[in-house]
Amino acid sequence: MENIREIPSHSTRLAQSHFRTLRLPSPFQPRIEALARTEDWYDWAGYKAPNSLWDSELEYFAIRSQAALFDISPMVKYRIEGPDAEACLNRITLRDVAKLKPGRVHYTAWCDDEGHVLDDGTLFRLGEQNFRLCCQERHLPWLLDSACGFDVRIEEETEAIAGLALQGPTSFAVLREAGFAGVEHLKVFDLADFLHQNGTVTICRTGFTGDLGYELFVETKLALSLWDRLWQAGEHRGLRAIGYQALNRARIEAGLIVANADFSTAGHALRADRVRMPDEIGLGFMVDAEKGHFNGRTAIIKARQNKTMHHVLVGLEIEGNIPAEHAIVYHRKKREVGLVSAAIWSPMAKRNIAIAGLSRPFGDTITDDLWVEIYAMRELKYERLMKRAKIVPRPFIKLDRRAANPPADF
Amino acid sequence: MFLGAYGERLAGASVAEQVAWKELRAQLVRYAGILKPMLSRRPPDLGGMSLAETSALGLTALSLKRLGKEDMRDFLRMLLMNVADVLDEQLEDDRLKGLLAFDAVLSSHLGPRSPTSLLGLYYRLTGELAGAPGAQIVPRGGMGQIAAAIASSAAKAGVIMRSNAIVNKIRIENGRATGIVLENAEEIPCGLIVSAIDPSTTFLDLVGPRELDTGFVRKVKNIRNQGNAAKLHLALDRPPEFLGVRAEDHRGRLVIAPSADHVERAFNPAKYGEFSTEPVMEITLPSLSDPSLAPDGACVLSAIIQYAPYRLKQGWDAGKPKFLKIIMDLLERYAPGIGARVRHAELLTPADIEARYRMPGGHWHHGELQADQMLMSRPVSGWSGYDTPVDGLFLCGAGSHPGGGISGAPGLNAARRILAARS
Repeated sequence: MENIREIPSHSTRLAQSHFRTLRLPSPFQPRIEALARTEDWYDWAGYKAPNSLWDSELEYFAIRSQAALFDISPMVKYRIEGPDAEACLNRITLRDVAKLKPGRVHYTAWCDDEGHVLDDGTLFRLGEQNFRLCCQERHLPWLLDSACGFDVRIEEETEAIAGLALQGPTSFAVLREAGFAGVEHLKVFDLADFLHQNGTVTICRTGFTGDLGYELFVETKLALSLWDRLWQAGEHRGLRAIGYQALNRARIEAGLIVANADFSTAGHALRADRVRMPDEIGLGFMVDAEKGHFNGRTAIIKARQNKTMHHVLVGLEIEGNIPAEHAIVYHRKKREVGLVSAAIWSPMAKRNIAIAGLSRPFGDTITDDLWVEIYAMRELKYERLMKRAKIVPRPFIKLDRRAANPPADF
Repeated sequence: MFLGAYGERLAGASVAEQVAWKELRAQLVRYAGILKPMLSRRPPDLGGMSLAETSALGLTALSLKRLGKEDMRDFLRMLLMNVADVLDEQLEDDRLKGLLAFDAVLSSHLGPRSPTSLLGLYYRLTGELAGAPGAQIVPRGGMGQIAAAIASSAAKAGVIMRSNAIVNKIRIENGRATGIVLENAEEIPCGLIVSAIDPSTTFLDLVGPRELDTGFVRKVKNIRNQGNAAKLHLALDRPPEFLGVRAEDHRGRLVIAPSADHVERAFNPAKYGEFSTEPVMEITLPSLSDPSLAPDGACVLSAIIQYAPYRLKQGWDAGKPKFLKIIMDLLERYAPGIGARVRHAELLTPADIEARYRMPGGHWHHGELQADQMLMSRPVSGWSGYDTPVDGLFLCGAGSHPGGGISGAPGLNAARRILAARS
């Protein structure tokens, strides 16, 4: 009876030193600093991370026409291990973890008791009883409290594991050239371990760009040698290091959402009406009502039955070519029905695209006659534009090379 | 000495003190009366109250208003005060103050000078017997007779009751309680399950955290349920003779709490994980009123001893014999010769109570009965209405509003709630 009330002491390794440095350096910092010409930094979960490195526009095109290296080490990472790891994660997250086979990755989300989304992230099944959860926000207390009654060990490994996203059409060629034999067998959402020096690197065919791409995870001490190995292999394949702005463009084209940018997480929202259920931010597909109990299940099912979901997240195509970032969405140019959370002119789609949160029934049953009000600053004067918006499916672009097997070589 | 229902008359004190007590008692009973309706109903559900519930809450506000300006101000002033300050304001006699202070903190992890300790006294006075506030009795045949009376009246109503059937698990299917599994692996399918078992045990052990949301489990785990009282049972050759107590008064409730300061001093060690070296206690000798409890001439003694913190620093295995010796030495001082008459002694520490009654923490109220765990916060916020996150599972025990003591109120409220949900 006692053991389920006590948090096992061995499962509490917090990333506790983050406050000692204003912005922590990533394990790749020496390489990134050397490439940073714009000196344009931002704070990513306490880390000093580049917004851009030399030119965000060209960095974006490195993703789409060459290969781009983006440091994802600041991403919050948890290791979940033990005989009950699958059951425990099934209770915490929305999707059915039993369907996630070892060597596979899935995109999932998790909620509080009220069914409001705490975060979304990727779950890597490294082995039968061994998982890695990657996300934006920190959740260790929540995860540990959720482990009550399960034979499972949960540890934060944000600082111990370095991560790189290698994205773009030549990304496979870079890996092959770097000597990762067998990486051609990885299909989308597959992962496998590869030798690197005296250790291993976990490579998975995932990414945040909607393009062909991989993510690599390695012990911090092997980080720089991994970077160098890729950099060398990428020399003739257009490999470039990139910052967040370039990645953000790619992810908007891919129609992917970012926690606390496109929706407010339940742990951060201060105002009662800012929290969102999965169905309200386009994550309703994750909810597996058949798999048994999970956090928020009762609340989500009840809200579905009572039709009390007030919001919906949609993709918009907007006339013209002025990005509608944070523009208000109107119905019939009069009634305010939502807000654009992310918008760009898409170089790939050649369309003006946006992700927006709308209040139902707008975006749900009423989808016509939508407008966005764009304020474009032109030489110290706002040009106010009322542009027609059309709801379109996400992703805004679909690239065959993303899922092509075998991946294209160059 | 108190006579009648909670000191309707006071003996052994000065005339001035008797007058002062009479006034204070009237005031306390008046204020407890305002709180009383709150106890007989389910706690207000601030999220969605029906018209009837809102108007009931309004009536409480009205009764507050009806007190008049002065009295209302005093009611609000005193509500969360410590009992020692209230007593010092109005009384002189240390013995009387000791008794009242003891009653106010009985069963809780509070000393008389801890904030909100007056609530315990109000809680006692909201109970009533045949219309007499604060009155208490020991039924003929002992407290077990209450259970027997409930059993026989239930049997008359056609209820099948099973005792010695220990429940090991509550079965959940698709978020709904569908049955229970006994210790002997027997399964009983149920349409409705009402649990009077401690809320922590009900949810963490019987339902299991896997079937519940993390936030709810967190709340249940955070219920403050560490007991601070021990129970002593003595089988004596002959009835004891307490010094200065008339023979017939041995039938009443004997409280050893010489002053409010004494109670406070008894509490001090408990703050640091140690038991009282000068404990305070409430003693009853039930066999004097009901000889059937003990064979001819013998006597049983039952006492509640404070303070005996659940998390004893030295551990109860080591501490229990020492604590028993302290208690027996104390009893010897008040009733010389009692030690030689003991045929059998049993001391139940919170650790024993936890193990025997499946109450984690060994708190006989299934959780501290303090301001932060009362009303809509009992057993946990958001789930104070006797229903639970599990469909078909209700709570009806001391862990639910209004709390412990043998009042039947949580059960009554739960039954009303279940019937209302059905119709």
